[in-house]
Amino acid sequence: MTKDIIVKAVDVTKLYGPFTALDKVNLEIAKGEVCCIIGPSGSGKSTFLRCINQLEKMNSGAIWVNDELVGYRREGNNLHEINDADMARQRRRVGMVFQRFNLFPHMTALENVMEGPVQVLKEPVAEVRKRAEDILARVGLSDKISHYPSQLSGGQQQRVAIARAMCMRPDLILFDEPTSALDPELVSEVLDVMKDLAASGMTMIVVTHELGFARNVANTVAFMEAGKMVEIGPASEVLTSPKSPRTAEFIKAVHS
Amino acid sequence: MSTADVTSSTNDQKYEIAHLKLVPKRHIGRMIAAAIVLLILAAIVRAFSVGQIEWSYVRDFLFAPAILDGLKSTLIMTVAAMGLGIILGVVIAIMRVSGNPVLSSIAIGYVWIFRGAPALLQLMIWFNLALIFPTMGIPGLFEFRTVDIMTPFVAAMLGLGISQGAYTSEVVRSGLLSVDSGQYEAARAIGMTQFKMLRRIVLPQAMRVMVPPIGNEVIGMVKLTSLASVIQYSEILHNAQIIYFANTRVLELLLVACFWYLVVVTLLSIGQYYIERYFGRGSKSITASM
Repeated sequence: MTKDIIVKAVDVTKLYGPFTALDKVNLEIAKGEVCCIIGPSGSGKSTFLRCINQLEKMNSGAIWVNDELVGYRREGNNLHEINDADMARQRRRVGMVFQRFNLFPHMTALENVMEGPVQVLKEPVAEVRKRAEDILARVGLSDKISHYPSQLSGGQQQRVAIARAMCMRPDLILFDEPTSALDPELVSEVLDVMKDLAASGMTMIVVTHELGFARNVANTVAFMEAGKMVEIGPASEVLTSPKSPRTAEFIKAVHS
Repeated sequence: MSTADVTSSTNDQKYEIAHLKLVPKRHIGRMIAAAIVLLILAAIVRAFSVGQIEWSYVRDFLFAPAILDGLKSTLIMTVAAMGLGIILGVVIAIMRVSGNPVLSSIAIGYVWIFRGAPALLQLMIWFNLALIFPTMGIPGLFEFRTVDIMTPFVAAMLGLGISQGAYTSEVVRSGLLSVDSGQYEAARAIGMTQFKMLRRIVLPQAMRVMVPPIGNEVIGMVKLTSLASVIQYSEILHNAQIIYFANTRVLELLLVACFWYLVVVTLLSIGQYYIERYFGRGSKSITASM
């Protein structure tokens, strides 16, 4: 049985002037898979994640989401950048959760969650409202739906941000260090929501420093360093008996 | 151990004064300053009440048709010039941040010239444009005599609106820059196009920063329209002048005009409060004060 491939990245390379941020990174994610990308800061994890929905432009390489080439269109022997409207259409299929939440401060929690489906997907307001309320209940925020982001704690804001991504009913959700900006006591409430989401079958790519979460929830763990994909494999293997000595050193350093 | 120290020390005679009443310090300096200011104010009020002002003229002309017509023209000019100023301000600000070096340089040049030259001088240039361009138009398509289209109204609107655009563009630009880059990314990530992102996410947040200075500029514009009296536009000050040229009640009529300016500015300030409250929704400082 062949697995449905949701994300396929081939030789993704990104340069910042003379600095190579991503060096021929390859990745393949199947439907329903949870992949954690770990590695030291500056290793290119976030940059790679942001290439998947083209918030970051690549210098070479290509990424497919659901078998559709992301951000470019083939014309002869070149890949041409697609226009704004097509790019926006592709991004609807990919949710994203940011380190700094990036909720819209002039909208309530409910309005934040409804904004995409109503404004972008043009779904009927009543239907979206019902779904948004259900999702906010699922992340444990039924009593906060009319609060503005400034009235919520970091953990609550991040859960609204996850709800905002979920309400678009995307094919996959990207998490860019979702707990790194949180006070330590608020980390677990966000991880619990993510765990629940993973259990429901959502495809997730998570850039994180939470090795415990990776061990308990991820199917696949990828270790990146200096812009390279050093090692990728089943979570239990990579975290307990890594093949690369660099991976082993990193895991040891995080645990000590 | 330290708690034990504190308990024992409260029994100490020296620390008994901890139970005395605390009296705030008296602000003698403040009281003297307030008395001086009140005295000066009383002197000014008295001067006006015993001065050679015929208050009956002020009362009679307050609602005179010529004054009310002038007031109407002042308001129309405020709306027209400020409207032009805001449109130009948004266009120039977007040109400035566009990243296109030609558009951006032109935007910088626009601000340099029209913010640099005095507004009164700009009004006079527009009004006297016929001296250098007797006719205007596109050759072969249409052509006008400049004196026919460059009426006092048009000259004042162009002069005030274009110079206002230079100021407003800086307000709009600071508003755009005030929106966090994470907001742009979040909007793109849920699949918004550039236009929708500007309209739904960026501008509503930029407005919070832009409304107070633009409100300030609208109030400034109400008063700036008085410059148009110089080029014969019949706004309130111009009409007040025409009346006092005839009846020589100079100060009485100036007070009438002053009264109406204050009325308009007061109403605008109240309106600004509500607009600010609307665009400030979700921000901590506003919700706390409500």
